[in-house]
Amino acid sequence: MHPILRTVLQRLGLGLLTLFVVSIIIFSSLQFLPGDFATSVLGQSATPETVAAFRRELGLNDPAVTRYIQWIGGVLQGDFGSSFSGRSQGREREVMELIGPRLWNTLFLASMTAIIAVPLALTLGITAALYRNSFYDRMVNATTLTTISFPEFFVAYILILLLATLWKVFPSLANVRESTDMIDRIYMTALPALTLTLVIVAHMMRMTRAAIINLLASPYIEMARLKGISKSSVIIKHALPNAWAPIVNVIAFNLAYLVVGVVVVEVVFVYPGVGQLMVDAVTTRDIPVVQACALIFAATYILLNLFADIVSIVTNPRLLHPR
Amino acid sequence: MSTDDQTYSAAGEVASVALRRTWWDRTWRSLKKAPVTAWFGMIVIACYVIVAVFAPIIAPYGQSEIFETPYAPWSSEFWFGTDQLGRDVLSRLIYGARNTIGIAVATTALSFLIGGSLGVMAAINRSWLDQALSRFVDVLMAIPSLIFSLMLLSIFGSNVINLIIIIAVLDATRVFRLARAVSLNVVVMDYVEASRLRGESLSWVMRRDILPNILPPLVAEFGLRFCFVFLTIASLSFLGVGIQPPTADWGSMVRENAQLISFAEYDMKAAMTPLLPAGAIALLTVAVNFVVDWFLHKTSGIRDEK
Repeated sequence: MHPILRTVLQRLGLGLLTLFVVSIIIFSSLQFLPGDFATSVLGQSATPETVAAFRRELGLNDPAVTRYIQWIGGVLQGDFGSSFSGRSQGREREVMELIGPRLWNTLFLASMTAIIAVPLALTLGITAALYRNSFYDRMVNATTLTTISFPEFFVAYILILLLATLWKVFPSLANVRESTDMIDRIYMTALPALTLTLVIVAHMMRMTRAAIINLLASPYIEMARLKGISKSSVIIKHALPNAWAPIVNVIAFNLAYLVVGVVVVEVVFVYPGVGQLMVDAVTTRDIPVVQACALIFAATYILLNLFADIVSIVTNPRLLHPR
Repeated sequence: MSTDDQTYSAAGEVASVALRRTWWDRTWRSLKKAPVTAWFGMIVIACYVIVAVFAPIIAPYGQSEIFETPYAPWSSEFWFGTDQLGRDVLSRLIYGARNTIGIAVATTALSFLIGGSLGVMAAINRSWLDQALSRFVDVLMAIPSLIFSLMLLSIFGSNVINLIIIIAVLDATRVFRLARAVSLNVVVMDYVEASRLRGESLSWVMRRDILPNILPPLVAEFGLRFCFVFLTIASLSFLGVGIQPPTADWGSMVRENAQLISFAEYDMKAAMTPLLPAGAIALLTVAVNFVVDWFLHKTSGIRDEK
C-alpha cells in the first residue's frame, strides 16, 4: 500500500476512535447527575409516579451499555432525544428542533469569520516574516501580542462602544431570524464576525510568521538563494511545499478555536447560535441539550484537527516520493 | 599576597577569587537587565497583588453593600458609579481582584500539582501507567476545554469549589504533557539511576532529582496557564455559570453592567463602567505575558535570529 494512504487511514481510524471515546465521556456525564434531579426538573409538585416515569424514560433502570447504544444510535440518525425544559408543563421539544436552525446560524458566523480572517492572517504573517525586524513587523507583532491576551468579551464591547454606539455603523445586537435576507444577515453579523476575526487573526498571524521564519532559516533555502534564484520563486517553489503543513495546521487550529470563541461572542451579541443555546441549557441544567451541543462542538473540533493532520500528511514532499 | 616562605598558600598566589554572589544580588543583576516590557509587567502584577491582598483596607465600601441609587453616575462619592443594584463599582472592582485572581491562582496551583506530579511519575515509570495516562490525556484534550467545563458545570452545578476542581483537572492535561516531555530528558541521567539504585523512594527522586531540573520551563508555563485559567474563569463568569453572585468578580461585573454601553452618547463615563473590569482582566493577562516572555527568553538562552 502507498505509505500516504496507510498513514491517512491510520489517522482516520485514530480520529474515529477519539470521537467514539469522547461520545462515551459525554454520555456517561449523565451518570453523575445528583439523585434528586428528576424532582428538580419536574418541579416540586410532581407526583412520585411521574418522577418514576421520568426516571424510566431517562433509562436510569437499564444497564449503562444498553442506554449508550440506544443514545448513540439515535444520535447517528440525528435524534438527540427531547429537551428537559418545559417538561413540567407537559410541553416537550425535540433537541434537534432546537439545534437545527441555530446550527446553521453558527456555521454562517464561523464561515464568515473564516473567509475574512484566514486570508488576512496569512498575508500579515507572510509579509511580517519577509520583512522581519522592520518597523512594519514590529508594529504588527506588538498589536497582535496585545489583542491575543484580551478576553473575547472585551474586544466585543470595545467594538460595540466604537462602532455601534459612538459611530452607528453596525447594529449592536445580531438577533437574526430565519426570515432575515442575506444582505441584512451579513450586515447584522458584521460585528460578531469582526470580533472573532480580531481574536483569531492575532494567533494565526503569529504562528504563520514563526513557521515561515523557521523555514527560511533552513540550509536548503539558503542554498536556493545562493544559486541566484529570484525571491518569489524561492518562496513559491522551495519554501511553500514545506510550509503547507504548518500553515494548514495553524488554520485548522484556529478554526477549532472559533468553536470556543463563538460561545462567548454569541452571548455578547445575542446571536441565536448553538453556543448561546448551550449556555442557556447549562444554566437551566437541560442535560440532553448540553450533551448534544457538547457533542457537536467536540466533533467539529476533532474533525478539523483530523483534517489538518491529513492535509499535512498529503502535502508532505518527503512522503510524496517514497524510496 | 604572601611573601613569607613559612606561610605559603596557593590562594595568595592567584588573584583574589570573585566572591560568590548572593541570591538577592544575582536576582537584582538580572532584573536590572530586564527590558521595559518586563518591568511594566512586574509592576502591574505587583499592584494587582497589593490590591488583592489589602482589598478590605483599600475598598471604600463592602463588596455587597447596597446604596439607594442604582446606576449612579461617576462622582466623588462613588468614583465609578454604582451598578444595577446600587453597589459601588470601585469597591467591587477591588474585591473582584481578590476573588478572581485568588480563584485563578488556586486553580493553576492545583492543576500543576495534579498535572506536574502525574507527568513526572509517568516519565519515571514509562510502563502501563504512562500509556494509560497519556491516552487519557489525549482524549480529554480532544474536547475544547470551555465546552467541556460548561458541560461538567451543568452536571455538578456551578459553585466555586466545583469550578476550581473542574478547570484544574482539564488544565492539568496540558501541564501533564509538558512535565512529562521535559522530565523524559532528565530521567535518563545517571544521577537519577544512581539514586534509584541507592533505594530512594519515588517521591524523593521526583522532588530532589527531577523537579529542580525541570523548574524553569514549568515556571514559565505556570504564567501562561495562569493567563489561560484566568481568562476561562472570567469567560465562564461572564456567561453566568462561573463565580456566582453576590461574590464580586470581573467576569460577571462585565455582564451585569453591559447595557450601560448603549448610553455612550449621553454619558461617556457610564459607558466605560463595563469596560473597567474587562480592561482589568486584559491588563493583567498582558502583564503576565510580558513577564513570561522575558523569563522564557532569559532561561532558554534563545536569541532572536537576525
